[in-house]
Amino acid sequence: MSELRADRGVCIGAGMCVMTDSAVFDQDDDGIVVLLEGAPEVDEKVRAAVDACPSGALSITES
Amino acid sequence: MTETARTRPDEGTAEAASETALAGRSVEELPLHMQRAGFDPAPELRAIREGEGVRKVRTPFGLEAWLVTRWPDVREVLGDATTFSNAWQPHRRMPGLPGMPERSPEELARMRAGNLLAFDPPEHTRLRRMLTPEFTGRRMQRLEPRVRQIVDQHLDAMAQAGPPADLVADFALPVPSLVICELLGVPYEDRAEFQRRSAKLLDLSRPTDERLRAGEEQREYMTSLVARERAHPGDGLLGMLVREHGADLTTDELVGIANLLLIAGHETTSNMLGLGTLALMDHPDQLALVRDDPEAIGPAVEELLRWLSIVHSGTFKSVTRPTEIAGHAIAEGDLVMLSIPAANRDPALVEDPERLDVRRGALGHVAFGHGVHHCLGAPLARMEMRIAFPALLQRFPDLRPASEDRRFRSFNVVYGMESLPVAWGGA
Ligand code: HEM
Ligand code: HEM
Ligand code: SF4
Repeated sequence: MSELRADRGVCIGAGMCVMTDSAVFDQDDDGIVVLLEGAPEVDEKVRAAVDACPSGALSITES
Repeated sequence: MTETARTRPDEGTAEAASETALAGRSVEELPLHMQRAGFDPAPELRAIREGEGVRKVRTPFGLEAWLVTRWPDVREVLGDATTFSNAWQPHRRMPGLPGMPERSPEELARMRAGNLLAFDPPEHTRLRRMLTPEFTGRRMQRLEPRVRQIVDQHLDAMAQAGPPADLVADFALPVPSLVICELLGVPYEDRAEFQRRSAKLLDLSRPTDERLRAGEEQREYMTSLVARERAHPGDGLLGMLVREHGADLTTDELVGIANLLLIAGHETTSNMLGLGTLALMDHPDQLALVRDDPEAIGPAVEELLRWLSIVHSGTFKSVTRPTEIAGHAIAEGDLVMLSIPAANRDPALVEDPERLDVRRGALGHVAFGHGVHHCLGAPLARMEMRIAFPALLQRFPDLRPASEDRRFRSFNVVYGMESLPVAWGGA
């Protein structure tokens, strides 16, 4: 199982994740990342978003 | 380049060199990280990337720094603000800005305040968090109609005056400039004066003392604007900052933030518009795609950002612990600078990197930087370009260069065009 995590303390609100996959990522009013679903499927697009995130706030843990 | 006012690189001290405006020097004398061949990074930068990966070079201020050229290494440096620190910036000048006078420590501290690029986390995080809400995709959507209006007004004026036009002076420069005024909340009646001062400040062909005076004037203006916003917070970004963080931010910080946004938001988008239009005119099939297919512009903007890489280097970093880049030992206290154009043309990033291909839609370029200092204005810049390029090309479908002469702007922190004469229609 791959699990997507978003660390809101690290996020700088660059919005790259939302630009890459707006079905999974959103930004709150402060511009900080929120996951639209609790445990989204980790597909190509999600991996691309994790790569694109400039701050390192996004990670995928494999278990 | 004329033979007058040429300065030999080995002539005089670092201070003497920094006293001389870069304008008037020949291109070979540019610092290596700023050297280009038209749209491309200088061949020597590629040679470093393919060879040793990093090389120690002399900066314009006589300092030595490691120049990092490979895409994975550039990402690594930008992604590690603990090892590669920005916090040393206050004592030294920015790359490519010669002729700055000595300043007292108090003055430097005042000028540093609010400049996100001059701090590491957590000081950086504090400022960045206050600004982030103003640059979300949603916030940009609200600005969009106004940006369209500004774009259309300038296209109307160009059409009315008829060809030829200077795309830089008539379109690429004034559009982002007005957008920044709008965003910051510069009152309408101040804008003409504000734009005149900014243009002067950013025009490196003017004498340094004149530009410094314009800079001082702009700072004074910002200070008075911040005072007004403190008294009556408006709807712009400054008003928002005063309302939400007024107690937490000093006046110097507010002025610094406003100045950083002004400078970073002004030069960059405008150079992308000028240089990008020329690149598209050189590739007519790709121009047609951007003009005719509404889906094409998103990936096209990313490819133009990658291929043009207008910011040569970004901030210099100071190394806080012994480390290694591309197999070279880097000592604590060393300086590191990046070649963004070389990194963005690295085959490790995309296949066939030297080719402009607006269809590729690849992610991961470092034209906006990476890591905690990743461009704050990226959503705004993207939105401006996504509106401006198609609007320009739809208005003038047969847009073409009106002169053989290509006036690239080499002597600046940001690459671009000095001017770009264009024609359309039967003219
Ligand atoms: C196409 C246009 C643009 C490009 C290529 C660009 C590029 C960059 C780059 C490379 C950096 C990182 C510098 C470094 O790490 O040393 C940066 C940072 C920054 N940019 Fe942009 N930029 C653009 C447009 C804008 C606009 C429109 C604004 C503002 C309205 C802006 C505001 C900023 C700010 C405030 C920072 C500093 C962020 C921080 O330190 O956290 N930029 N930009
Ligand atoms: C990348 C790291 C950057 C740092 C550390 C930085 C910092 C600064 C500072 C401290 C100043 C004030 C200089 C002074 O008046 O003494 C300044 C001015 C300026 N910056 Fe940057 N900035 C950065 C990025 C940019 C970018 C991305 C652009 C282009 C958009 C840019 C263009 C300029 C220009 C044109 C000035 C005007 C300087 C003048 O003549 O007063 N800088 N910058
Ligand atoms: S890309 Fe990263 S930094 Fe940007 S909003 Fe998403 S999580 Fe935050």
